[in-house]
Amino acid sequence: MDALTVTRTVTVQHAQGLHARPAELIAKQALKFLAEIELGHERHRVDCKSILNILTLGATQGTVLVLTARGEDAEQAVEALARLVESDFPEQAPLTEKIQQPENAR
Amino acid sequence: MQRLPGIAVSPGVAIGEALVLDHEGIRIPRRFLARGATEAELARLDRAIADATAEVEHNRERIAEQLGSDYGAIFSAHVQMLNDPRLRQELEELIRERHYSPEYSVSRVLRRYAKVFQALESDHLAERASDIFDIERRLLKHLLGERRGEIAHLDRQAIVLSRELTPSETANMNPEFVQAFATEIGGPGSHTAIVAEGLGIPAVVGLGPFVSEVSGGETVIIDGDAGVVIIQPDEETLARYRSIIEDQKSASVELAKLGDLPAVTTDGVTIQILGNIEFPSEIPLCLERGAVGIGLYRTEFLYLKGDTEPNEVEHYAAYKEVAEALGDKPVVMRTVDLGADKLSMLPQPEDERNPFLGLRSIRLALKYLDMFRTQLRAILRVSAEGNVRIMFPLISNLIELRRAKMVLADAMEDLQEEGIAFNRNIQVGMMVEVPSAVIMLDQFVQEVDFFSIGTNDLVQYTLAVDRSNKDVAALYTSADPAVLRLIKISLDVAKAHDKPISLCGQMSGAPIYTMLLLGLGLRAFSVTAAAIPEIKQVIRAVSIAHCEQVAQRALKLESARDVKTYLREELSRVAPDIVI
Repeated sequence: MDALTVTRTVTVQHAQGLHARPAELIAKQALKFLAEIELGHERHRVDCKSILNILTLGATQGTVLVLTARGEDAEQAVEALARLVESDFPEQAPLTEKIQQPENAR
Repeated sequence: MQRLPGIAVSPGVAIGEALVLDHEGIRIPRRFLARGATEAELARLDRAIADATAEVEHNRERIAEQLGSDYGAIFSAHVQMLNDPRLRQELEELIRERHYSPEYSVSRVLRRYAKVFQALESDHLAERASDIFDIERRLLKHLLGERRGEIAHLDRQAIVLSRELTPSETANMNPEFVQAFATEIGGPGSHTAIVAEGLGIPAVVGLGPFVSEVSGGETVIIDGDAGVVIIQPDEETLARYRSIIEDQKSASVELAKLGDLPAVTTDGVTIQILGNIEFPSEIPLCLERGAVGIGLYRTEFLYLKGDTEPNEVEHYAAYKEVAEALGDKPVVMRTVDLGADKLSMLPQPEDERNPFLGLRSIRLALKYLDMFRTQLRAILRVSAEGNVRIMFPLISNLIELRRAKMVLADAMEDLQEEGIAFNRNIQVGMMVEVPSAVIMLDQFVQEVDFFSIGTNDLVQYTLAVDRSNKDVAALYTSADPAVLRLIKISLDVAKAHDKPISLCGQMSGAPIYTMLLLGLGLRAFSVTAAAIPEIKQVIRAVSIAHCEQVAQRALKLESARDVKTYLREELSRVAPDIVI
């Protein structure tokens, strides 16, 4: 394959790790690119466009992950995603996780 | 084929298709798709995802409006999860390649994710499993369209398999469609069991975890006589059970012929047969089968159906329905007989390590006097319109009984002042179900108008056995000589003082004990509608003189086993066609 492959090592900065909200933002960002993008470590590499897969990484603060993109816009994808993973996800409000869904979904 | 032993709580046998309810009460449908349905099922999945997404979006907007956009963030993660491209791909693979139903695929894939999350080291991340369950529930809700309450709206025959069923869910079952049911938890004394028997639905409970092993549509046999559930039976087993069902049908046709023939022994003694009910709907069948009244009307369902305490209007409406259905026939209304642990509207007791020895029944009523008074007022009001009696459960000492009567007297006074009609001479009785009450019964005699022996609790308290604990359940038996002696004492004391006494525990509905109880002097049997024909059949086949001999002999035996063997033998002589 002559598609461009870009790899970069990133370290999770957010105090609570890659939980729901950060994972959501990463997946959303990844979905904007055409490239195939993987996130993970040696034993476990997952589809970066899947919030569920990202959550399975169980990445906490300080976890080192490898970001790999394959495709035309691989460069931009890795650039944008690395910035995001290493950010503090400022949009994230500390209280969000504690909200119980008010509507009874059962 | 899989054979699961459980606890038989309602007799009868049924063969049918499984309707499986998961822990949330959501129906688990067929596991596999019909041929050629793949595309339609995928479209159904996409529609469910879209609908669930719209629903979550809506929630997010509402919460964001009320509390600010930060608060809506978790919903936005849920939206992302619902529309996860990997998830969609995995689901499609299961549906296309393994021909799994969308429902089954959703549960399978999402539960696998939940498991992975639960195993994560970070607690904060592990908690995301609850998000996954939430999404699963949401998707299933949209795929299935319906949730709990479904049992009440069945439109074809099925056998219900569930982790547990509440008494009101059981009560809402239509016996025409629910052929039988089986649950993972529950014991023989549970209200669910009592209601099942009242409705005549075969049931087995206390099977332990098994629901996840069955999928909707599989063939299941419920043997409510032996307490066995058989999943995917083989041909031989099916054939055997089909013939059992045929036999039972012809036997019940025979019993139905007894109709309202009087319950009179061969030596001319008339025995009172009364009904045990939980719901007014059970009254017609009791009367049709010859019950002369209701010996036990359980009022617990009023407290179990919702999260709020029933008010006087609700009590009154229920009691009035019962009184009206009975006309001038008597009904004994028993006041609330529940533990605080079963009542969500009350504060949970702090030291309730032994609920059966704790704050339950009359003790609970005397602690929450307002609640008690509400019920007493309603019963009193109905007493103006029907032949209503009142009975206090679990009385264990004289002071307790006097306190209960005092509350009743207060309620009467209030009604009097308010100018509301009631029967001032309403008969007041008590359950005899604590050994201390039996021992002191000669003192109680002066204070009540009637007694009713509750063997279910009497056995439990006499033998110190919790019958829903399978490790000791075998020790629980009404045939224990100690229990027989307590029953004899009760009947003797009541007779000596000319006080009416009946027996309303499950013992009175079991034909094996009928001769014994007649011989001990019991003249009033309070039983479920389902048990009336058999009990009447035995009564009509025996003489009191003979029963007295049987009782004398039984009282001399030294173990429950000997008693049972002997009684079985005697019964088979007078009524060989009754299956025990």
